[in-house]
Amino acid sequence: MALTGAQILWESLVREGVNVVFGYPGGAILPAYDAMLDYPIRHVLVRHEQGATHMADGYARATGKVGVAIATSGPGATNMVTGIATAMMDSSPMVCITGQVGSALIGTDAFQETDITGITLPITKHNYLVTRAQDIAPAIREAFAIAANGRPGPVLVDITKDAQLGTCELDWEAAAPDVAQLERPGHSSGVDPIALINAAQRPMILAGRGVMLGNAEQEVLEFAVKARIPIAMTLLGIGGVPASHPLNLGMMGMHGEAWVNTAIQESDLLIALGMRFDDRVTGNLKTYAPHARKIHVDIDPAEFNKNVKVDAAISGNVRDIVGRWLPHITEPNREAWLDHIGELKGDAAVRDIQNLPDDGHLYAAHVINDIWHITEGKAIVVTDVGQHQMWEAQYYRHDQPRTLITSGGLGTMGFALPAAIGAKMGRPDAEVWVVVGDGGFQMTLCELATMVQEDLDVKIAIINNGYLGMVRQWQEFFYQRRYAATPISAPDFQKLGEAYGVWSATVSTRADLAGVVATARQQRGALIDFRVEQEDSVYPMVPAGADLHKMIRRPSPIAETAAD
Amino acid sequence: MHTFAVYVDNKPGVLNRVASLFRRRGFNIESLTVGHTETEGLSRMTIVVDTDERGAQLVEANLYKLIPVRRVDNITRRPAISRDLAMIKVAAAGDGRTQVMQLADVYRARIVDVSTETLVIEATGTEEKIDSLVEMLRPYKIVEMVRTGRVVMARGGAMTPAKTGRRTRQSVLEDAAAGSV
Repeated sequence: MALTGAQILWESLVREGVNVVFGYPGGAILPAYDAMLDYPIRHVLVRHEQGATHMADGYARATGKVGVAIATSGPGATNMVTGIATAMMDSSPMVCITGQVGSALIGTDAFQETDITGITLPITKHNYLVTRAQDIAPAIREAFAIAANGRPGPVLVDITKDAQLGTCELDWEAAAPDVAQLERPGHSSGVDPIALINAAQRPMILAGRGVMLGNAEQEVLEFAVKARIPIAMTLLGIGGVPASHPLNLGMMGMHGEAWVNTAIQESDLLIALGMRFDDRVTGNLKTYAPHARKIHVDIDPAEFNKNVKVDAAISGNVRDIVGRWLPHITEPNREAWLDHIGELKGDAAVRDIQNLPDDGHLYAAHVINDIWHITEGKAIVVTDVGQHQMWEAQYYRHDQPRTLITSGGLGTMGFALPAAIGAKMGRPDAEVWVVVGDGGFQMTLCELATMVQEDLDVKIAIINNGYLGMVRQWQEFFYQRRYAATPISAPDFQKLGEAYGVWSATVSTRADLAGVVATARQQRGALIDFRVEQEDSVYPMVPAGADLHKMIRRPSPIAETAAD
Repeated sequence: MHTFAVYVDNKPGVLNRVASLFRRRGFNIESLTVGHTETEGLSRMTIVVDTDERGAQLVEANLYKLIPVRRVDNITRRPAISRDLAMIKVAAAGDGRTQVMQLADVYRARIVDVSTETLVIEATGTEEKIDSLVEMLRPYKIVEMVRTGRVVMARGGAMTPAKTGRRTRQSVLEDAAAGSV
């Protein structure tokens, strides 16, 4: 039986296991929307196509499945660009489907025509311009294979209107992607990693997002426990190793824990697992971990020796590679090294804002730490970008994988609310919290309507300090407190939430916090405006490009040490 | 300088994908040629890149991330035959004409067009040889010149990708198309 291209599109998506898509209709995608009604698909109508991409991304990050976003040609497609780039930088599997003007009109500057495959070429793993109905199924099947396999990422399929309207038979088997052709040669070079590991006195594991993408949580922890090696996490690696595990030291990098960065600088062996030595992680490359040999495990050989020159590079799935190492790992005594790191921790604890006397102000770090306590650390937390994001990483202790969802590589403000909607769609059983600044929230708050229309139980904590806080912090530290364009006004978020039909509250003191959060947890969807200390800063901080151990520390209430 | 032989699907936009990769990763293309291979649906690029050993590894790894790229060979250090083809239009009237023709002869180049004012010389050889010929011709005034850039082939056994038993993306699409009519 002949099907239209539009029917083949949905037939293909359903066969790929899709049951929810995030999208916005328009002229060039109308045939597809019309056909959609006959398929078992839940369509989430977004308020802006950027939201659709972040939702598909959040869905993918929460579930590990491929997220799907759909939009029309022209502005619908270009609005997706930020979300696609976000997914690309953080290796999130996503398929974006865009309508395109009829193939006869391509290249004529037709109404709502744009070269979206050209525009997204550098920010997708791959993309397709499909102009015939019979090419839709092969393109969709291959798009899913590419998005999910190897290092995951976004794939865009641009389908002309005439391809959606055309008819042909669907031959599902013939449309299968050539998996052998998609496989890429592996890469292994340098010295024997086992010998390096067994000989190291002061080794560290650097765990990135690849640990979770490769489902290697168990193997990495087993490896660390057997070899007695402490673990530091990248921002996107959080959740890959339980925060409560004694060998897990916490986050590294620009706003990493002081003891973590110090330990990395003193280490004699870095074992990098599924991370890419981003500049936010290394600081000054010339002085980075100067005493350490380096082992790099990543599924993408293009990451090897890109930023940091390594002694051993092994491409592949982290689980397979660490699993192969396990039987060969000796069990050396590394207690002196672990004790030394323990001492570094003690020095940092006295500066921790959680240990400072309550001065009556509401601090963002308190808000996040208290939400962690109240939710027993079990929520999926979706953050935006900025100070609150770093405080979340420091003070919400994630024991489960895929429970911190955040835009790391691209640092996309406006990510949190739509990504949380996607996460909730993928994990309806989970308690989902948005932690977002007053700046980022205003970028995509239109998706509140989506959340209400879809009747989704998402809790929103706005960390409202009246500034674009992270930029203000940089201005405070590096631009003599000249606050250019960082003070930002906002509507009354409580009234705004109520206008959207969301239970809303405002909290200005820590005393009120627990009660309001408890009440919010009883609601189906909630918004809390936390009016926090306006000019607090995230500590420690490694200034951009500075040596990793040269951190700006929170001023100690007891005594300024010479450690800085 | 590193030379890569890159096998790619012969499809619209592939050259753009490759060129875009070099641009955004900051690699300098010294020369790039592309043409058909003995296998239908497969094109071969010869890309010369100005980079060091580490950069060459990154070029290769990044090329492999492009889906239409089938195989990348760094043939810099392999025994290989390297050729550049040039057509050089030289102002050659009067006395100069004989000298230019003699020069062409020395370089085993051919005169492929003659007019009263100019000669067109077609020369094939290593880039160095062509460079040298160009220098020799410069005093006679080069009116116009076009060069293909380097094409390279390794000596000895074949190094084309295995082509039996593997379906190409194109054949999948064609099969799908055939099944539909």
